[in-house]
Amino acid sequence: MGVHPYIPNSVPAVKAEMLAAVGAADVAEFYADVPEAIRLGRPLDMPPPLRSEAALVRHVGGLLARNTSTRDALSFLGAGCYRHHVPAVVDEVINRSEFLTAYAGEPYEDHGRFQALWEYQSLMGELLEMDVVNVPVYDGYQASATALRMAGRITGARRLLLVTAVAADRLSKIDDYVRPVHDVVAVPVDASTGLIDLAAVRAELAAGDVAAVYAEAPSASGIIDPALTSLADLAHGAGALLVAGCNPISLGVVAPPAAYGADIVCGDVQPLGLHMAYGGLNGGFIATRDEERFVAEFPSRLFGLAPTSVEGEYGFGDVAYDRTSFALREEGKEWVGTAAALNGITAGVYLALMGPQGMREIGETIMANTRYALDRLGAVPGVEAPYAAAPHFADFTLRFTGSRTSAEVGDALLEHGIFGGVPLSDTDALYCVTEVHTKDEIDRLADTLQEIVK
Amino acid sequence: MKTDRSPVSPADAAIGPKPPLRRFHQASWDEPLLFELGSPGERGVLVPEPEVPLDDTLPDGLRRAAPPALPELSQLHVLRHYLRLSQENLGVDLNIDVGQGTCTMKYSPKVNDQFVRDPRVADLHPLQDERTVQGVLEIVHRLEGLLKEISGMDRFSLQPGAGSAAIYANVSMIRAYFAARGEPERDEVITTIFSHPSNAACAKTAGFKVITLYPDADGYPDIEALKAAVGPRTAALLITNPEDTGIFNPRIEEFVRIVHEAGGLCAYDQANANGILGITRARDAGFDLCHFNLHKTFSTPHACGGPAAGACGVTAELAPFLPTPTVEFDGERYHLDDDRPQSVGKIRPFHGVVPNLVRAYAWIMSLGADGLREAAEVAVLNNNYLMKKVLEIPGVSAPYAAGRRRIEQVRYSWEGLAEETGVHTQDIGLRAADFGTHYWTSHHPFLVPEPMTLEPTESYSKADLDEYAAILAEVAREAREEPETVRTAPHRSTVHRAREDVLDDPATWSVTWRAYRRKVLGG
Repeated sequence: MGVHPYIPNSVPAVKAEMLAAVGAADVAEFYADVPEAIRLGRPLDMPPPLRSEAALVRHVGGLLARNTSTRDALSFLGAGCYRHHVPAVVDEVINRSEFLTAYAGEPYEDHGRFQALWEYQSLMGELLEMDVVNVPVYDGYQASATALRMAGRITGARRLLLVTAVAADRLSKIDDYVRPVHDVVAVPVDASTGLIDLAAVRAELAAGDVAAVYAEAPSASGIIDPALTSLADLAHGAGALLVAGCNPISLGVVAPPAAYGADIVCGDVQPLGLHMAYGGLNGGFIATRDEERFVAEFPSRLFGLAPTSVEGEYGFGDVAYDRTSFALREEGKEWVGTAAALNGITAGVYLALMGPQGMREIGETIMANTRYALDRLGAVPGVEAPYAAAPHFADFTLRFTGSRTSAEVGDALLEHGIFGGVPLSDTDALYCVTEVHTKDEIDRLADTLQEIVK
Repeated sequence: MKTDRSPVSPADAAIGPKPPLRRFHQASWDEPLLFELGSPGERGVLVPEPEVPLDDTLPDGLRRAAPPALPELSQLHVLRHYLRLSQENLGVDLNIDVGQGTCTMKYSPKVNDQFVRDPRVADLHPLQDERTVQGVLEIVHRLEGLLKEISGMDRFSLQPGAGSAAIYANVSMIRAYFAARGEPERDEVITTIFSHPSNAACAKTAGFKVITLYPDADGYPDIEALKAAVGPRTAALLITNPEDTGIFNPRIEEFVRIVHEAGGLCAYDQANANGILGITRARDAGFDLCHFNLHKTFSTPHACGGPAAGACGVTAELAPFLPTPTVEFDGERYHLDDDRPQSVGKIRPFHGVVPNLVRAYAWIMSLGADGLREAAEVAVLNNNYLMKKVLEIPGVSAPYAAGRRRIEQVRYSWEGLAEETGVHTQDIGLRAADFGTHYWTSHHPFLVPEPMTLEPTESYSKADLDEYAAILAEVAREAREEPETVRTAPHRSTVHRAREDVLDDPATWSVTWRAYRRKVLGG
């Protein structure tokens, strides 16, 4: 083994000098406590290394060449991960070494990350009209699951009513996470309209012991349900909280859930300036009113603004730290650890660039494109948009009534260089448009579908 | 050119030696809050205008009434604000960041960052047809293969978002395993006080009762306490080795055997496996589950606190319970398998923090088997070298296992110095910031009094370690000779000490600008 560029003290002379300094003949002495019986005793069986950077680039580049990115196809995939334009300044900031490689230090030598994350909390607070927003948890699934457990701790009740369409994967996560303390009741939406079944919600509330009514805006089907505005009164009337998930990029146009009475709001920041990265870049936000009974139930870090010993200087630190597992181990709220801080900073930079006008305009463009796609695609013979009467944002359901299944339609689209929507059943699939889609591209999908399904 | 200047001798051009410690001062821009910048109407970025008619289907109650009160800044001013904040942040690339013991980040190679910025990673949608993502699936599959060999385990899930999420995934699998065996009465998890708090906290969150073992006089988790704790309700032991002290527990096999004999499972917290890569493996000591932090042991950057990545390894017996989907290879094509009826389901969306899976794969491939072992051995050499230097400072000790070697880290104590001077470990850490570095004390409770946990990894040079020890020695000298300097530090960092009391009082804490405006500014 020669000297490796990542290991400065692999230089033999340096190693010898350091061994002499500590009085050891060989590094083997440091492992004296490792019993022979559990030693590997052979080299790891691995492919030969690519020690030069050039060789590594060739190898990894060869693997990446077997991917087709959404830049090289026309993609209509959404379903929880969205393709939006990422402004150049966002990438410029978050690729800075100082942010990318920082650990999670004190508010002094890492003042920048404290301020950037506090500003992220604040920007999200304005968007959500909520006074308390966390340093992000891992992702939107975790945010939903934790928001529901917070509601459980606040109310002391057991049952959780999920009243809009919720993605199967998110439901899986919630189920696993709340299992020790909650029963999840998925209240089916009306099959013909895709809308909340308020009568069924009332009946489940009447059965009692409900901690939370959980709704998403838009729902997993892309629907912004007009009945959302009835849910807070219903939930509160039964002693439950309204926990609402939302897509933050919709909120320049769509009312934030706090405006219709939500108590805890959650979601994923991915649409706010994060690349899709094969579904790998997420951050879960959880927001509440500034009441101690809510704040006390957050497991996450909450950064706060504080004066320092110098007048006019902004300092930062942890708010109510003694609720966390860092302070109290298993007596803290759930747990806290390394999660998704930089993705929060990313979302902050994005919101700072967009401002109020940008957020309104992007929401309008996405809703306009979604409506145009619903109308245009739903008019193709053999294609229906079954829930088109409802307001939609980005995602929408298409139903294929011809001989081809939704998956077969997807296969045929792929041959035309188009990534079709996610199959939901033999007939239905979830398609998606955002601000990056042009009218021509939606028309091209319609024309291609017309050929395929006829 | 002036002609009447005095003659200059070569000696005048000599700059003189550097002082023993660098004259550091961190950037301090006194940067306002974003909300105090810009003016109404400024734009940071423009978005595409709609080419089709606006949609008017939203009912009034669901249409936003007033625009969000976001700041309005031009593009340069957004950039400048965040660049200033970045300069007020001390990334690992800039400092001798060996003070994050148990979780010091190693150097994260820049070439690996280039891979993840490639559109064929950055702009992939997670639900694309498998035929269009064969490259990324192959990377995930190959990474799983490498981790299997490194740990001896049979299968891995790379889905968890970070280390604590991986602990949670393991606990969830343990719960599902006993449910499937019809042993739901196994509701106790045993861990140790020198294992990361997330072991205890995740187990509790998943519904288990938690039993915590404390160290015996030698610093090892008390084996008699373990024997007393196990029984028919034991689900699992969650333990790390070496623990936060850096002392390798030589009786680890016996710990595993005691728990197995009681019918429980054993999960190895290998978040930090940095000192033992290629030396000893989780499976070789009999563990049923383990997890790695790819941001710790396998070089992906910490990013101010994530995104990170966690990897859960299990034996064949537990493999059916792994999160879904797994990546499979049929000899020709890679595919995702979500037909896994006993799976715990989803731990996070989609397929994990894929950029970090790519980085970790590239890092392992750039080192190979010999390189991994070299990384471990040099990390351990660096640690024992640093320990020698640190223990030469009067007032520092390394509790437990006196005279023995440590693996990758040491939890030191400044108790001696604190008793002598009244200066505490938190003060010393803040004073270190005046020299361009810092350190982490310990998780709570402070079982080691006045703790300081250092871990050098393989990334730092001998000169780095000498400089770090010299900084600590200088601060210790100051604690004796000019204690106020240390007690009131930092002096040359970005900001000064904040009033923490306002952060614990509901009347004054401000988590957002809107709360600060309302509660503190009064409007």
